[in-house]
Amino acid sequence: MIIDFVLLFFVVICAVAAVSLKDLLGAVIILGAYSLLMALLWTRYNSVDVAFTEAAVGAGITTVLLIAALSRTMRHEEAPEGRAPGAFPWFSRITRLIPLGVVILTGAVLIYGTLDMPNFSDPNAPANLHVAPYYIEKSVPETGVINFVTSILASYRGYDTLGEVTVIFTAGICVLILLRRRFHD
Amino acid sequence: MTEHVIIKTISRLMIPFIQLFALYVIAHGELGPGGGFQGGVIMGASFILYAMVFGLEEGRKRISRKTSDFFSPTGLFIYAAIGIFCILGGGLYLEYDRLPLIGDAILASQLGIYGIEIGVGITVSAVMTTLFFEMARRDED
Repeated sequence: MIIDFVLLFFVVICAVAAVSLKDLLGAVIILGAYSLLMALLWTRYNSVDVAFTEAAVGAGITTVLLIAALSRTMRHEEAPEGRAPGAFPWFSRITRLIPLGVVILTGAVLIYGTLDMPNFSDPNAPANLHVAPYYIEKSVPETGVINFVTSILASYRGYDTLGEVTVIFTAGICVLILLRRRFHD
Repeated sequence: MTEHVIIKTISRLMIPFIQLFALYVIAHGELGPGGGFQGGVIMGASFILYAMVFGLEEGRKRISRKTSDFFSPTGLFIYAAIGIFCILGGGLYLEYDRLPLIGDAILASQLGIYGIEIGVGITVSAVMTTLFFEMARRDED
């Protein structure tokens, strides 16, 4: 229980640091650490498949690809240019406070919304009573695959996975079209 | 990167094991955590590591542009083709139980899932490699 809170604490610290850092390379590395901590959290919640994906994609490939993207641009975020105060300085002070108010209001509404949610890992929660019992009982005799995360992804939700692979393929094609020089070597 | 002896030696030692682990993850998606997507990403990461340590030119010698361009659609094609085979066997699209010439429904389902995992792995690894090579490439001249 304590380790959950320690991990969540570090996740929040990493998220805040990644957003506030001006050095983009440092921010990317902190995002990698964030993903690794999230992978540990998923493992704590016994969702090892998600943890595996998070560790391989979030902490591994995404970090490398973002660094590769950084090599095509600048390492440091530019400081925002100071805006002229304008005719009514009090007005810009008020408009600066509006986002803070929106964030506080949204956060309060979200916290209010969590009060109605079922307890964490409650077996009688609606989400756990819908199709989950069917998969747990029937997926092994129906598909012959022991890991029922795999059987759901590949068999029951096979169309979704096909679409996912198509999306990845399309992303690759788009990068080729945009970045590879045509008529050149 | 000529003087980084430690990085070069370690990655030369590690890359075969990383690729073996990637194949293990793809093959054992049915039994444990993992599957085509994760295994493909790990496989792509091994190529990216090679290119980062030994340089893009060296990396393109091992995984040429043609190779990665060939394998990106191949995996997707394998996936879609297995669905078509299911129709040929009298089932619906991607209804692996009806794969022709196998007979046993459970075995057909297992083989179908195994096949699409391999397809996913091929496409994901090739696309990840392409993404890195194209993004990290310096625009020469």
